[in-house]
Amino acid sequence: MLDRVDPQFRALPLAALADAALTRARERGAQHADLRVERIVTQTISLRDGAVTGVADETVVGLAVRVLVDGVWGFASHGDLTPEQAATTAEQAVQVARTLTPVARERVERADEPVHADAVWVSAYALDPFDVPTRDKVALLTDWSQRLLASDGVDHVQTSVAQVRECKFYADLAGTSTIQQRVRIAPALTATAVDRAAGGFETMDTLAAPAGRGWEYMAEVEPELAAIPELLAEKVKAPSVVAGPYDLVIDPTNLWLTIHESVGHATEYDRAIGYEAAYAGTSFATPDKLGTLRYGSDLMHVTGDRTIEHGLATIGFDDDGVATTEWDLVRDGVLVGYQLDRTFAPRLGLARSNGCAFADSPHHVPIQRMANVSLQPAREDVTTDDLIAGVERGIYVVGDKSWSIDMQRYNFQFTGQRFFRIENGVLAGQLRDVAYQATTTDFWGSLDGLGGPSTWVLGGAMNCGKAQPGQVAAVSHGSPSARFRGVNVLNTREEGR
Amino acid sequence: MTPQESVERALQAAAHLHGCVVLVRESSEAVLRWANSTMTTNGHSTATRVTVIAFVAVEGGVAAGVVGSAEPTDPAVLVAAAEAAARDAGPAEDAAPLPEPTADDAAWADPAAVTTIGVFEKLAGDLGAVFDSPQRHYGFASHEIVTTWLGTSTGIRRRWVQPTGSVELNVKTADLASSAWAGASTADFTDVDTAALADVAARRLAWGARRVTLPAGRYDTLLPPSAVADLMIYLAWSMDGRSAQEGRSALSGRVGERLTSLPLTLACDPAAPGLEYEPFLTTSRSGEGISVFDNGAPTRRVEWVRDGVVTELAYSRAEAAEFGTSFAPSGDNLLLTGGADGSLDDLVAATERGLLLTCLWYIRLVDPTTLLLTGLTRDGVYLVEHGEVVAEVDHNFRFNYSPLDVLRGASQVGATERTLPREWKDWFTRAAMPPVRVPEFFMSSVSLGR
Repeated sequence: MLDRVDPQFRALPLAALADAALTRARERGAQHADLRVERIVTQTISLRDGAVTGVADETVVGLAVRVLVDGVWGFASHGDLTPEQAATTAEQAVQVARTLTPVARERVERADEPVHADAVWVSAYALDPFDVPTRDKVALLTDWSQRLLASDGVDHVQTSVAQVRECKFYADLAGTSTIQQRVRIAPALTATAVDRAAGGFETMDTLAAPAGRGWEYMAEVEPELAAIPELLAEKVKAPSVVAGPYDLVIDPTNLWLTIHESVGHATEYDRAIGYEAAYAGTSFATPDKLGTLRYGSDLMHVTGDRTIEHGLATIGFDDDGVATTEWDLVRDGVLVGYQLDRTFAPRLGLARSNGCAFADSPHHVPIQRMANVSLQPAREDVTTDDLIAGVERGIYVVGDKSWSIDMQRYNFQFTGQRFFRIENGVLAGQLRDVAYQATTTDFWGSLDGLGGPSTWVLGGAMNCGKAQPGQVAAVSHGSPSARFRGVNVLNTREEGR
Repeated sequence: MTPQESVERALQAAAHLHGCVVLVRESSEAVLRWANSTMTTNGHSTATRVTVIAFVAVEGGVAAGVVGSAEPTDPAVLVAAAEAAARDAGPAEDAAPLPEPTADDAAWADPAAVTTIGVFEKLAGDLGAVFDSPQRHYGFASHEIVTTWLGTSTGIRRRWVQPTGSVELNVKTADLASSAWAGASTADFTDVDTAALADVAARRLAWGARRVTLPAGRYDTLLPPSAVADLMIYLAWSMDGRSAQEGRSALSGRVGERLTSLPLTLACDPAAPGLEYEPFLTTSRSGEGISVFDNGAPTRRVEWVRDGVVTELAYSRAEAAEFGTSFAPSGDNLLLTGGADGSLDDLVAATERGLLLTCLWYIRLVDPTTLLLTGLTRDGVYLVEHGEVVAEVDHNFRFNYSPLDVLRGASQVGATERTLPREWKDWFTRAAMPPVRVPEFFMSSVSLGR
C-alpha cells in the first residue's frame, strides 16, 4: 500500500524528523510528544459561463510538534522540514507549555491506546485527481457549462471542482508511527435564470456531494446536468409557499446537513463540556443526559464512524494515533454516545478514545473533530415514494442551500434547492421561498418514517468550521429519505418584509 | 533563499513569459485559548508560502496560472508549473496589462517581522487573576504577523507587514445561566486592557439579576458596533459589480439608490488610522471583483455607500473596462461613519422599550435577491425600558433581516468606534462601526440555545 502514497511525501526524511523532534521533546521534559508531518496538495478549477476564472494549485507542507509537559499542552509548527528545525520546534512547543503552566488550572490526562508501529493506510479511490491532466479537467467543466448555457432559461452557469490529496505522517513517544493518504473531491455547478423585467433571479445547483473519491466521481455527477434546465425553469414559475406547519419528506441531499448541524456538532464531547463555548458553541446534549436524553423518535438511530468507504472523515488512524472505529450516538431516539479524542475519553469515564482527533494543517493543533455522523435507514426497503404516499399536505425537500443553528444546537433554519408540494400522497409541482425552522428535539421527535437502504446517500461538506484559530474539516453524513410531521415552514420573502 | 531572492529567481525564470507575479508571504502566529477557566490549546506557528502567477500568451488572449507552495522548492519549478496551468486554462476573461511601478519601497530588502508567544505575557498574567473569579472564563487571543513581498515582471517590488490581533473574553455565571462577551482587535497587544474588557462582560452579567422571557416579533433593537460590523461585512462582501450588472445580486440596479436619509458612509480605506491594510493589491485568485492581473495596483478608499446612497461596487480593472466604470478593489477593513456623537449607553438612555444585543452568530444568506440574512443573537440580550437596562432576556432570538434594511431602517446612529466583529473575525478583524438603532428589527423565533 505504501507505493500508492505520493512519492514526494515518501521522499521526505520522516524518520529523521520524528527522531529529532521526539528526542528533543523528551530531553526537555515532555512526558508525551507527537510529531505530524503533512503535505496537502489542492487544486481548484473555476469557470463562469464557460470561461475559466481560475486554475490554482497549492501545496502546504510543515511539521507540528505537540507536547504534554506536567499535564499542560504545548504546540509549535514550522514549514521547514529539517531535523534541526524539528528539534527547534519541539523546544518551542515545550516552551509554550512551560510558559502557560502558571495559568493552567487543569492537568491533561490521556486514554491509553494500543501502539501502531509502521502502519500505512490509503483511502479508497480509483483515479487520483492529480494524475488527470488539468487540460482535461477544464475541458470537462467547459463542456458542462456550454451544454447548460445552450438550454432555454439558463442565463449563467458557474462550475468548479476542488481536489485535495492529504498525506500525513504521525509518530509519538509511545512508538506509534503511521503514514496515511486521503483523496477527496468536490464538484459544484450552479445554473442561474435572470428575470430582468421583474428584477429577480433564481438558481439551481447540482446535488452531488463532496466525497472521498477520485476523479472517477465526476462521471457520477454528469447525469444530473440534463435535468437542471427544466428544474430551474419550473422553480422560476413556482408559486411562493404559504407559511405554516407542513409534513416534510426530506431527501438525504438535504437532511445530511440537518444531521450535521443538529446531531453531529451536538454530540461533540468537547463542545458539550464547554471547550468551544467562546466560539463554535456548546451543546444542549450535555453528559449528564447521556443515556436518558430523548433526542428524537424511536426510529432515530445515528452512528459515528471514521471508517465508511468514501467518507470525508474516514481515515485509518486519527491525529492521536488511535485506530478509527464506529459507534452509536443516538439509539432508539436516546442519546447514547459522544465523539471523543484521547484527552476527552477519560473525562467521560471511558478507557478508550473513538478516534476523533484531527488537525486540518501542520500548523494547527489537533482537536476533537467530527466523525462521519449518519442516520441509519429502515431495515425494510421503504422508498421515498412510500414516504410521500403517507403525506396528505406537505413538502418534499431536496438539496441543501442555506443553514444556521444556534450555539447549543437547538434552534435551526434550513432552506434547500428544490421544494415539491405534496398533495394527497403525490408530488404536485415545485414551490419556492421555503425555509424550515425547528428546535432540534422537536424536529427529531416528529420523525415518523424512514426510507430503506436504497434511499441512503452519503452527503457531506468540505468546509466544516471549528476551533480557534479556525480549522476546516471535511466530513460526510449518510442519510435515508425521512418523513417529519408538522414542521414549521417559513416564506422567506415574507420574512424579509 | 531569502524571500527577495525567491522573487527575483522566479521572475528570471519567467522572463520568456508574457508576464509574471510572485508573492512571498511569511506568517508568524501565536495563539492562546482558554475554557472553563484554564488554558487549553496554545501554540506558535511559522510558515512561508511562495505563489507564482504566470501569464502566458495563448490563442485568443492571455492565460493565467497560479501555483502556490510552502515547500522549499526552486522558484523556477513553480514558474514551470504555473506556466503549464495557464496553458491548460486557456485565455482569461480578466486579462489586463500588469500594473506598472508607482513607488519605490524602501523596506523591500527588510526581513520578515515575527511574533512570539511572549506577546501575550501581560495578557496571560492578567488572565491568571481573572481565572480566580467565581465566573467561568472562555476565550481566545491571537497575534499574527504576515510579511508579504510582491514582485512583478513590470518592475514592482513592494513589501508590507500586516499585523492582526484580537482577544475575546467570554464570561459565564457559575451556573451557566448567563453569558457575556467582550472583544477587541489590536495590532500588537500593547493597547489591550484586559481589565476593561472584563469589566464590560461583568457589567452585562450583572444585568442578568432579573430575567424575562419575550416572544418573537419586531423590536426596537440596539445593535452594538460588533453586531453592526458583522452585518455590514456581509453587505460589503456582496458588493461585487459583475453579479449586479448581470442581474443576479441584491445590488442589481441599486447604484445611486438612497438607502437612508442619514449621512451614513460605508467604506474601506487602506489608510484608516490603526486599521491600515496593504496599499497595493495582492491576490492569488481571480473571481468576481478581483483579478490576479491586478497584483500591484494601488488600493484606495472605496465608498460603497456615501451619505446614505449606494455609490460603488467592486470591480477588477478588466471588469471596470468591460462595464465602463472604475476599478474598485475590495478592502481589508470596513468603516461605517456619519452617525451622531452618542455612545451605546446614549442609545439605551433614549430607548422607551427595546432590546439591547451583544453580538450576532451563525449569519447566513437566506434570500440572495434581497440579501436576507438569518442568524442568532449571542451572549446576552437585554430588555431596555425607560432609558435603562432592566433585565436580561433568558433566551436568544433567531433573526431574519437584510443588512440593506439595517441601513434603510436605522433611526439613530452613534459614534463610530473600533470594534471586533464576533462572527467574521476569523477573516475580518479591522472594523470601525457605530451603535445603531433599528426600530423594527425582526426576531423570527425564540432560540432556547444559550
